[in-house]
Amino acid sequence: MTEFSDHEETAYEALSLDADDPRWAFGTGFSDPLAGIDTSVPENVDAADLTAYCLMLGDDALVLSHRLQQWITRLPELEEEAAVANVALDLLGQARLLLSRAAAAEGSGRSEDDYAYRREQHEFLNVRLVERADADFAEMVTRLLIFSAFRLAVLQRLRDSRDPVLAAIAAKATNEVTYHRDYAAGWVVRLGDGTEGSHDRMVAALDAVWPYVDELFRTGDVERRLTGVAVDPGEVRNEVETVLEQVFSEAGLKRPDVPPAALVSGRAGREGVHTEALSYILAELQSVARSHPGAEW
Amino acid sequence: MLTIADLGILREVHEQDGILIAVLTPTYSGCPAIREILSDVASALSAAGLAPFEVRIALQPPWTSDWITEEGRRRLAAAGIAPPGPAPRRTGPVPITLGSAPGAVACPACGSRSTREQSRFGATACRALYRCDDCAEPFEYLKEI
Repeated sequence: MTEFSDHEETAYEALSLDADDPRWAFGTGFSDPLAGIDTSVPENVDAADLTAYCLMLGDDALVLSHRLQQWITRLPELEEEAAVANVALDLLGQARLLLSRAAAAEGSGRSEDDYAYRREQHEFLNVRLVERADADFAEMVTRLLIFSAFRLAVLQRLRDSRDPVLAAIAAKATNEVTYHRDYAAGWVVRLGDGTEGSHDRMVAALDAVWPYVDELFRTGDVERRLTGVAVDPGEVRNEVETVLEQVFSEAGLKRPDVPPAALVSGRAGREGVHTEALSYILAELQSVARSHPGAEW
Repeated sequence: MLTIADLGILREVHEQDGILIAVLTPTYSGCPAIREILSDVASALSAAGLAPFEVRIALQPPWTSDWITEEGRRRLAAAGIAPPGPAPRRTGPVPITLGSAPGAVACPACGSRSTREQSRFGATACRALYRCDDCAEPFEYLKEI
């Protein structure tokens, strides 16, 4: 390399010669968001259940983050671009922490990337609410309000989880989701209490999203077995509905009178039964990883 | 210069069995800067000849803007970024907030409290966009969290 010695102190040199510097080598730096954290599974906690529960909350965040990312460059104002990108980024961060926690609990050597990019649709455990493509801005903020109200209520309780890693992730995420819920609520009020046109679109958005609300509060076997570790989603229903009623009354909206989306043989998102929309998300989300097996970034 | 210690991101540095341990915490779960910060800390420790060392992440207790030092707040304001007010301490369900309280944030340029929130989300997760009604200057506010 001596022939390049004239170029010392250049950016190129820093990039090519200082190979120990992890900043210039993607995949070799700090890629584990739980680096240095004790991730052993607490006593009397079933590792498979803990893994599944972390995947449920992680997949919710991952899939909705992807849906929100699809809005980038399509939003009406620069401020909304920044807001929606930030919400999506927070959720992606939460997803990374939760999938990493799932990986550590499972202990099979799988990574967050394996979960995100190399699972089939039926292995995803997110609720169906996060899957549908938004018809318009009104639907985006409506779903975000409902999802954030639900997630915030769960996260707040999860801060007392017997799993210290899950409790730590929840404590961070609680503060973030508080901002998400306020953002979405602000728009639901503005549009619901806005013009006749915006009000009508809010009503249509609520009708479209509402069938997937019931599913949020179903208590599954995993949550039932993980007493003290997981949050029973059935327990947060009243709190979430109170918050939503509060926003709806400010917005001049009524709780829709539409039946819940049907279960499939008694199963829904948490049991790996999804709507067609998820397959389109995964096709996009996983395309690069599947086309280049073994690639690192 | 604003340091990671001023921002409360560098939680502690101690020695354990002859190894230097630096503990850092991300501001927000999805903060994309944390990886660069960890790498920079590792590079700096290496360059200073302090190996062997280990750079760790801590999530608990979660980062709060209350950890930003007085010096950090002064330096943020000097750079045109309004420093955060006290983080909310809550027990029970989090109340919903529709719109920000007027006058809560002082303009870092002229000191006026006649300011308005333009967007609760700015160029990064930790900042909001404000505008001063007196000097008309737009500015960023480091959110209280």
